[in-house]
Amino acid sequence: MEEKVIVCRELTKRFGDFYAVNKISFDVNKGEIFGFLGANGAGKTTAMRILCGLSHPTSGEATVAGFNVYKQTEAIKKNIGYMSQKFSLYENLTILENIEFFGGVYGVPAAEIKERSDNLVRKLGLTAEAKKLVGALPLGWKQKLAFSVAIFHQPRIVFLDEPTGGVDPVTRRQFWDMIYEAAASGITIFVTTHYMDEAEYCNRITIMVDGKVEALDSPANLKARFDADNMDEVFYRLARGAKRSGD
Amino acid sequence: MKVLRYLLKKEFRQIFRDKTILAMMFAMPTIQLIILPLAMNFDVKHVKLAVVDNDHSSYSRQLINKIGASGYFKTVAAAPSFRTALTYIEKEQADLVLEIPMGFERNLVREGEQKLGISVDAINGTKAAIGGSYLQAVVIDFNKQLPINTANAAPPSGLINITWSNWFNPLAEYRFYVVPAVLVLLLTLIGGFMSALNIVREKEVGTIEQINVTPIQKWEFILGKLIPFWVMGMIVFTLGLAVAWGIYGIWPVGSFITLYVFAAVYLVALLGFGLLISTYTNSQLQAMFVAFFFVMIFMLMSGLFTSVDSMPPWAKVIANLTPVTHFIKVIRMIVLKGSGFADVYPELLYLAIFAVVLNGWAIFNYRKTS
Repeated sequence: MEEKVIVCRELTKRFGDFYAVNKISFDVNKGEIFGFLGANGAGKTTAMRILCGLSHPTSGEATVAGFNVYKQTEAIKKNIGYMSQKFSLYENLTILENIEFFGGVYGVPAAEIKERSDNLVRKLGLTAEAKKLVGALPLGWKQKLAFSVAIFHQPRIVFLDEPTGGVDPVTRRQFWDMIYEAAASGITIFVTTHYMDEAEYCNRITIMVDGKVEALDSPANLKARFDADNMDEVFYRLARGAKRSGD
Repeated sequence: MKVLRYLLKKEFRQIFRDKTILAMMFAMPTIQLIILPLAMNFDVKHVKLAVVDNDHSSYSRQLINKIGASGYFKTVAAAPSFRTALTYIEKEQADLVLEIPMGFERNLVREGEQKLGISVDAINGTKAAIGGSYLQAVVIDFNKQLPINTANAAPPSGLINITWSNWFNPLAEYRFYVVPAVLVLLLTLIGGFMSALNIVREKEVGTIEQINVTPIQKWEFILGKLIPFWVMGMIVFTLGLAVAWGIYGIWPVGSFITLYVFAAVYLVALLGFGLLISTYTNSQLQAMFVAFFFVMIFMLMSGLFTSVDSMPPWAKVIANLTPVTHFIKVIRMIVLKGSGFADVYPELLYLAIFAVVLNGWAIFNYRKTS
């Protein structure tokens, strides 16, 4: 029996009479890369925000890292990392200052912050830029940095909301190498995307359509089930019936 | 506590990195404190007077000269008739019309009595009322000095003679009254606006989401925003006191400690107000509008321009509900009168209540989970 880090049962979020997330259920195992796919407006971000403790669900049950999403949002926040769709490091702080700040608020000891941030910028190849303002970096580097900051405090789970949006293919590839590395170190990855080639990199994927989970399996099984050559085709078959489109 | 230290480090870095805001924070109070008190002069001077002299006698000329010599009036026209004089008022070229009737001198000498007509442009109420009463005072004085009155002066019997002195501001100089209040106003602007815009900016940029997903506590976050602006505010306050002393020679009569204790508590209250606004609004534009709405009320009802004592009862209630009113009152008491702690502690209590309520409300209303 694998350890489950996210358990989600009939989770629902309603805004007025609009069901952004409609009775979704799934489990995420420790250390896996769990892909969350769906068209724009399918409810991916809303579901992720609930699991991160940023938004209260309307009904249903969910636990993240063993904590309840209704009552223990602050406990959840200690155990997760989050990278939002919108770049949200401080643009008017330098790379090292951003790392120091976020490391510090998660309680990483000062000496360790210093040592690990030096290693991190070296690994990212940003040693020369370490003291430059983050706002001046190209998007691809920003995203890699944002991911590194999100896992800097070694959370149990990291939530990535469309982390590679607008990033070039080479950088995307490097980004996924970083994700694999993080997963290998035991961090569970929960990632939303609408790049279908990226879906192939995930251990298991969920496809959301109109706020509901329409499919949940490994990419290989899904392709077999829908008799498709690639994930694009699988996605197209499922999402074709979608009523909502656009953000 | 450790988390708070990281928050403060970050805020100070950001403040010192934004050179425009930094320059504004220091240039604004200095420049405004130099300009505003000089411009905001409530002494009524340069009252424009149109004279209709129907008498052309030596008495009438003496009166006109006396009025001119008083220093408060500027004779803009000598009109042939009251009707033409009134057109000067209509065209806003004159504030007052003084009509000296025909037979002015003759009646004064023979009958011992004469009436004068003063017409006032009451659009600018203050100027009209004060200008009118100045003119009256000049005429009364003229009356006393008339030869017939001085010659036949009856020995005064039981006459009450009033001498007065202006306490705490011996020359009744307006700047002593205004400068401390302007200083409060600047603190209000800096405290209120800077804090109101700051959190909202994080909302706009999206960084607040990254904060909300961390285990930072709400009070830590609010304190992390409050303390840096508090420090900046206290520096600005000190700078303001220096300008008041350097330019206007105003050195507080009371103790600096009392003054700083008040400024400290006041700033906490005002920053809480700004933070509260920022928890309710979603964009800098909204925050700006809301802050402006309140700051306008603060400015106009705080006793900066008009005396709170002479407001209608309902307005007094509103005035007393704004922290600004209390601080303006106190800073004048301390700076001009040298009031000690014992005299002003009820006001301190008021401000402390504002500080606790506004900040508590801001913390309560700040939501990490929506």
